[in-house]
Amino acid sequence: MSDAPAGLTSWLTTTDHKRIGLLYFWTAFSFFLIGGLEALLIRAQLAQPDGHLVSAETYNQLFTMHGTTMVFLALMPLSASFFNYIVPLQIGARDVAFPRLNAFSYWVFLLGGLFLNASWLVGPLFHAGMLNVAPDGGWFGYANLTERQYSPGPNIDFWLLGLQILGISSLAAGFNFIVTILNLRAPGMKLMRLPTFTWMTLVTQFLIITAFPVITVGLVFLMFDRFFGAHFYVHEAGATPILWQHLFWLFGHPEVYILILPAMGIVSDVLPTFARKPLFGYTVVVYSGILIGFMGWGVWSHHMFSVGLGPIADSVFAATTMLIAVPTGVKIFNWIATLWGGAIRGTTALHFAVGFIAMFIIGGLSGVTHASPPADLQQTDTYYVVAHIHYVLFGGTILGLFAGIYYWWPKMTGRLLSEPLGKWHFWLQFLGMNLAFFPMHFIGLLGMPRRIYTYSADLGVSDLNLVSTVGAFLIAVAMLVFLHNMWRTRRHGQRASNDPWGGASLEWSIPSPPPVYNFSVIPTVTSRLPRWTTERHGPMKDPPAVPPGPIHVPGGSWWPLVAALGLPVMALSALTHTLWVVFVGAALLLVGIYGWAFEPFEV
Amino acid sequence: MPRIRLWLATAALGISGCGGPFPQSTLHPRSDFARATDVLFTDIFWWAAAVFVVVELMLVVALVRFRHREGRPEPKPTHGHTLMEIAWTLAPAVILVFVAVPTVRTIFATAGEAPADALKVEVIGHQWWWEFKYLDLGLTTANELHVPSGKPVRIAITSADVIHSFWIPPFGGKRDAIPGHTNYIAFRADSTGDYSGQCAEFCGASHANMRLRVIVDSDSGFGAWAQAQLGPAATPPQRSLAAQGKTVYGRSACIGCHTIQGVSGGVIGPNLTHIASRATIASGLFPNDSSHLARWIADAPALKPGSIMTRMQPPLTDADIAALVAYLEILK
Repeated sequence: MSDAPAGLTSWLTTTDHKRIGLLYFWTAFSFFLIGGLEALLIRAQLAQPDGHLVSAETYNQLFTMHGTTMVFLALMPLSASFFNYIVPLQIGARDVAFPRLNAFSYWVFLLGGLFLNASWLVGPLFHAGMLNVAPDGGWFGYANLTERQYSPGPNIDFWLLGLQILGISSLAAGFNFIVTILNLRAPGMKLMRLPTFTWMTLVTQFLIITAFPVITVGLVFLMFDRFFGAHFYVHEAGATPILWQHLFWLFGHPEVYILILPAMGIVSDVLPTFARKPLFGYTVVVYSGILIGFMGWGVWSHHMFSVGLGPIADSVFAATTMLIAVPTGVKIFNWIATLWGGAIRGTTALHFAVGFIAMFIIGGLSGVTHASPPADLQQTDTYYVVAHIHYVLFGGTILGLFAGIYYWWPKMTGRLLSEPLGKWHFWLQFLGMNLAFFPMHFIGLLGMPRRIYTYSADLGVSDLNLVSTVGAFLIAVAMLVFLHNMWRTRRHGQRASNDPWGGASLEWSIPSPPPVYNFSVIPTVTSRLPRWTTERHGPMKDPPAVPPGPIHVPGGSWWPLVAALGLPVMALSALTHTLWVVFVGAALLLVGIYGWAFEPFEV
Repeated sequence: MPRIRLWLATAALGISGCGGPFPQSTLHPRSDFARATDVLFTDIFWWAAAVFVVVELMLVVALVRFRHREGRPEPKPTHGHTLMEIAWTLAPAVILVFVAVPTVRTIFATAGEAPADALKVEVIGHQWWWEFKYLDLGLTTANELHVPSGKPVRIAITSADVIHSFWIPPFGGKRDAIPGHTNYIAFRADSTGDYSGQCAEFCGASHANMRLRVIVDSDSGFGAWAQAQLGPAATPPQRSLAAQGKTVYGRSACIGCHTIQGVSGGVIGPNLTHIASRATIASGLFPNDSSHLARWIADAPALKPGSIMTRMQPPLTDADIAALVAYLEILK
């Protein structure tokens, strides 16, 4: 089997990690555009004081869905698209460990995302207007506002059911990639020879499989409160809504690292390639990534300084939070040292990677200012924090992901994105994000809380808000340039060789895009930089163009899709309070898993 | 030092062509609590600014100096340098000590403790307004907090429904208003004046409309205000429009939710005994004048989305509303 099958069926049943990676990319990128449109509406509303473009209720849905979409439907799955496409290539594997589970993860993600976004359109089914039943409790969904008493509509149901579906996708993928990275490495690919992106992927997967169960527990409690009259977050019954905050942030802070570590991995791969110099302090960069992963578990209460946990708890969490700046700083110094003494080629991918460093520093430093609880009490829940998270997640994660997109696009599609258009894209986005997010520091310090649909001109922040809105629309222009670049590249992009950049890792040793079996012969790895000349090693020989014998690759299967379909059907049952539907969903899931388990081995 | 930061802020605002005043600014502290916080923030800000300049400069220098040029030899494949790694691990750690020590000191200094003679106010967050109870004075009011200048004030914060966050930036950091839990802040306001604050924790449809005013009175001014608030509700002159308004009030759903001392005892909505003494209505959203009062009574949810003060059924007539407004306006 060497020719890839074509047609819709082949995509619906695919178990090829490369195709699943592309599906992740296009789906996540579409959600990214939807989340961006929501952001534009938010900024249009706030362009002037007392704005009334949308109602309070619509605005609350917009910012809730913007946050939820960007975190769960755009950034995480965009990273996942690289986990899928690139990680098996970097470790010298023919696929992931569980190809059908991988397909299942993708379908669950797609269906979960559609389920969440359907809430925009299906208001009439719930005797409400359109744009009335989308989630409206914030992406953090603080109890007890999310209890049935204060949020009677289906809005929060959409949110909590959608997130549970998405959690299943992330967990399945997490286990899959841990097993893949630990077990499917090519001969000689020791752990300390893994490319940094693969390393950060591994750390991220451990965070996913440990953090997602925590929010799942929180969501199950909330589900019991809302559907079965339980009182997990009801203080009148002796419980406390603070429990939700602990559970949410115990998940939520590791989640921040789930979002940023893959981007750090991408940057750690891109910089050496274009500086023509190995990553400075590889071991330290890897260990600091692991350390960040561990320390990410000990800082959650810094999201809760205003809750009043007492001065001792506040002091402890301030200290742990400040400590996490140390491994983060170490990474930044190592990246700069990687550039130092190099021969830096200013490709678009490098622009984005350097932009990541420059912007992430700002987000990191503003983070230190609210690691200090007294200062945080003035900053938390204001636009200052909105500025902070956007420097981390937009300046950090999104610029890092775009570095990855420009870097691996030729590998994934066989064509190079236009470099001049890429530079336009970068500079517009860079300017746009700073115009959009930098003024927010001042807006917050001058007293504007976040999550408000309107503000008074008396606050004196109207002009700053207008600047921010202009910046947001500039980012939209940058996205149009990027869309044009992708479109143009389909037909007119320069064809990519195996290795257009001179990369050090294994993905550059095979054709672009790779054949369905990836490696005609599984390579044997003898160095951390297999394709480069180092003191002790010459470059490896690339695998031959034609495989010496037949290669087994996993066949297609419908069962992951069938099983995945069961989940939103079950959620639909809860949403509509219709018991029998849950049996249909469960049947689909069970039939899917049964068929999957007994599917004949196909060669 | 804080001045320079203010200049930076002002410069940014100058560029955008806007001056002030900034009634909710965290950069213009007006109490001991806010000042301690501001000093700490200023400290951290300068450390952060210094690190920012050094690191970004290193990055820019590296990019300019080591850009690829034809004819240059291939770079040396350096893999790392243990001493440098140790150095740049220790450097941020040492800086963080300089941030952490004053942080912990300020945490304990601003933990909400106040002298025994402090004025005690209980703040209760409601969707979407603030209730203030002066426990020692036996006085209840809403949305406009009066405190004396120069005297310690201790505020106990809780909520009647969902989580809110009580925040008056010129007087210090916010604390969440959590049902079943009480948080405390303490401060001593510097100077008399009129300031504003607002709810900082997302609390539902009208979170943006949950504002408040803080009036810092002179000592004698505060005494006079409290005295007036403790007095009975005004009685309208007989056969006046206001007297009709009182009748309308007494036979309408108003009495179920609002207190006017001697007239009704509802506790769902703000106490109206002295509503005419307040400058704003609807938790700081609108000036307290007859046209806004009339619009508010006629259709509160239109002015404040989600407000549980719904349109009366059957609707009040325009004459009823005019009478009600006249009544409320004498409740000084």
